[in-house]
Amino acid sequence: MSTGSAAHDVGRLPQAYLNPGTSSFADFLGTVAPDLLPARRSLPAGSAADLAPHGTTIVAATFADGVVMAGDRRATMGNVIAQRDIEKVFPADEYSCVGIAGTAGLAVEMVRLFQTELEHYEKIEGSTLSLDGKANRLSALIRNNLAMAMQGLAVVPLFAGYDQRAGRGRIFSYDVTGGRYEETSFHSVGSGSMFARGSLKKLYRSDFSASDCVTATVQALYDAADDDSATGGPDLTRRIFPVVHVITAQGQHRVPDAEVAETADRIVEARMQRPDGPNAPLN
Amino acid sequence: MSMPYYVSPEQLMKDRADFARKGIARGRSVALVQYADGVVFVSENPSQALHKVSEIYDRIAFAAVGRYNEFENLRIAGVRLADLRGYSYDRRDVTGRGLANAYAQTLGTIFSSGGEKPYEVELFVAEVGDEVADDQIFRLTYDGQVADEHDYAAMGGDAEAVSTYLAEHFTAGLPLEAAINLAVKALGQSGGQERSIPAADLEVAVLDRTRAQQRKFRRLDGDSLSGLLTDA
Repeated sequence: MSTGSAAHDVGRLPQAYLNPGTSSFADFLGTVAPDLLPARRSLPAGSAADLAPHGTTIVAATFADGVVMAGDRRATMGNVIAQRDIEKVFPADEYSCVGIAGTAGLAVEMVRLFQTELEHYEKIEGSTLSLDGKANRLSALIRNNLAMAMQGLAVVPLFAGYDQRAGRGRIFSYDVTGGRYEETSFHSVGSGSMFARGSLKKLYRSDFSASDCVTATVQALYDAADDDSATGGPDLTRRIFPVVHVITAQGQHRVPDAEVAETADRIVEARMQRPDGPNAPLN
Repeated sequence: MSMPYYVSPEQLMKDRADFARKGIARGRSVALVQYADGVVFVSENPSQALHKVSEIYDRIAFAAVGRYNEFENLRIAGVRLADLRGYSYDRRDVTGRGLANAYAQTLGTIFSSGGEKPYEVELFVAEVGDEVADDQIFRLTYDGQVADEHDYAAMGGDAEAVSTYLAEHFTAGLPLEAAINLAVKALGQSGGQERSIPAADLEVAVLDRTRAQQRKFRRLDGDSLSGLLTDA
């Protein structure tokens, strides 16, 4: 921790800590410890894309009482599987979750910054940010990362939360420039997202219960893993299954591993009969 | 030709201490009681928005009496320090002792520097551990002194009357409900006679080690509070 310049100021909280003003942790870091902000780092020219593992597919879907977010467990480095049990969906605060695709190390750091940002605001202001406010803060963090994204270190999050004012679950997607887009019903990001989204298009129903919604997202991840080599399917031998979070008016919680395992086992069993998954009606 | 007054250092410090003490004595008290599952803070504070008791970090809370703008600055600085430390190391590396030290240095420096007026505040920094024996409570005074507290503590205008009552009635391992009622009764001792404080004028918060969440701080208000009060 830095200290004041005069000898008698040693140990005293620096003036920047006592200044009234910002409720943003990222802004505060920018003042007192800019080197801790991912966006303030300067990189040598050239692409750094192949240096670090990449996280892959995240899906989210809404249901009547809230929203579900799920992510597969694979991180890849080129053709190599860098990690089989990485976690890419995190609670952002009590009523929201963030899932990340892209450069894994940077993404995890960004999630930590975002979590601290929300908690910091809550403690300083004594109230939580609106869901739109949270989505906008995430937007700003992503936007600051643009220079790194252009060198191959992109982070693309998916944000979902329960809007207590509107009384429903909402999903936000982002581009690398920080553009923020609200999605209706369901969305997916990452390398397997095209396949996951195609799957959800056919599976999604607006009258889903929470457990239906969990099943649909795990199905979508199965389809993504089926066609995208960078997305991990359910690992039956090691018992590694997707990370699934459910967010409702009661807050967010991670679905216990045993429950996800049960859902995944059911899906795998059905796919033994029909490998392409459930049949959607033609008309 | 006029001569500048000579003021002895003792007198100077005494004047500054008197000034700070008078400021603190004007405000209402905050009482703190250790109960079976943590620490409960109770203060008489009609305002719903301007808090005397606040969350700093997972297991650490802050309570203050005195000048609002001064302790609010210290509270924000504490949140910033804790969040920065937790972000750059790990959540477990944020400790009440570290925070109390930073406050002590800050208050001490301000008190003894000629340039600034002393802060008219007194603070509690409390941290709950896994068991009662691991709980830590620090009291910080306007001049940067730190004292360890156990079982119960009080500060503010009628701190002495409140502490006396707590000393007479405190028993270890109280359930939450009893601890809150004890603290409310103790706060009612101010001014030489006993009075009852309406629930709407109470600010109550706990550090509850049994809470499932990482963040152990919780405010009790409205129904969650009136259900626990015997007098209300």
